[in-house]
Amino acid sequence: MENHHGYHDIGGELSGGPINRSEHDYALWEKRVDALLMLLSNRESKLVRVDELRRGIESIGPEAYKMSYYERWITSISNTLLERGVFTSQELSQKMAEVELNQKTI
Amino acid sequence: MSNSHNGHDHAPPPDQDDPLTYYQIKEIAVRELLISKGVFSADDVRREVEKMDQRTPAKGAAVVSRAWTDPSYKERLITDGTSACEEMGIDMGQIYHLVVVENTETVHNIIVCTLCSCYPRNLIGLPPDWYKSYAYRSRVVREPRAVLAEFGLELNKSMAIHVHDSTADMRYMVLPRQPEGTESLSREELAALVTRDCMIGVAIPRSKSTVP
Amino acid sequence: MGMAAKFKTGDTVAVRRAPSIGHTRTPHYIKGKTGVVERVCGDFANPEELAYARDGLPLRTLYRVRFSQLHLWPDYSNFEGDTVDVEIYEHWLELAEKVEA
Repeated sequence: MENHHGYHDIGGELSGGPINRSEHDYALWEKRVDALLMLLSNRESKLVRVDELRRGIESIGPEAYKMSYYERWITSISNTLLERGVFTSQELSQKMAEVELNQKTI
Repeated sequence: MSNSHNGHDHAPPPDQDDPLTYYQIKEIAVRELLISKGVFSADDVRREVEKMDQRTPAKGAAVVSRAWTDPSYKERLITDGTSACEEMGIDMGQIYHLVVVENTETVHNIIVCTLCSCYPRNLIGLPPDWYKSYAYRSRVVREPRAVLAEFGLELNKSMAIHVHDSTADMRYMVLPRQPEGTESLSREELAALVTRDCMIGVAIPRSKSTVP
Repeated sequence: MGMAAKFKTGDTVAVRRAPSIGHTRTPHYIKGKTGVVERVCGDFANPEELAYARDGLPLRTLYRVRFSQLHLWPDYSNFEGDTVDVEIYEHWLELAEKVEA
């Protein structure tokens, strides 16, 4: 069969072009996403394993190229927690609406 | 709510003063939900971020300079990287299996994670954007010399390059060679020569007298 | 506890030519390629199962396998000493006779 592989499995591809060496300082929200994963994966309960994070990111598919690194992470973490039933889609949706509203009224 | 760009790597959204992006809102919402459900506390998050900020390449550089000045430590480092780093008081966490790969006269090492972005964070902090980029991850495993040339490093043609792809549970750090003419420097002075990029393998430490 | 390691340092092994379904840590560029076991890394829970919130047991043996760049890429010439080391789980490997040119 033809060589079919995930969009993340890119070792050896040559279309990448020159490496962009500019670096950005991590924003606080990005560090918090990272911290989220640490807290969820390091505890006894292991609500999100690193492997689930990776699988979740891989499932996004090529759309992921439109997202930044930590945008992919929060997408995967959130989907995993939903699948695990840690919160419901209703709870998350409602909370996100509240957060957006509160930000507008600050 | 979010921007979209063509191309492989999307630049991070501008931080505050601008309205929160969809993903930033999601991060806040997920965190607040988990706190309200008692999964962890706000303090836990703050502490985790602080720990992250304390992990800088200085930790890895201290390991390297000790290995340069203490042959028996170097041997322990190569044999069991995790234990040797713990000896220096570095928290290696639960999951760390560190393999230290040594640059020699004939071998130069480079690390990558082609599948995602695994990196020896506990030793050198959070990875630079380029390490996580499509271009680096895809090309370094296939044309390492061309990649090194982009970083301004050209190796002697008699040297071999060993690339290490962190695909599973191991993490890697390059032990660079001690630059010539630095034998009389102190451990602290030596550590100052060791940059993050030296420990990834896209640079080598320069002695002060070397023209960059 | 995992089962006894099937391979040892120095063994010539080939990576199974099979598609990665779901989450795997075997990159496509080594599928069907042959290399030498550089070290036995130890036993770990299977990430392919952990990715689906299963326990990943029994533990699987992980190996670092060293591949010659000349063998991996059609356009790699010179520098016969250049290699790539990849960590691969035992169930992706089988014993091979020699490194195919």
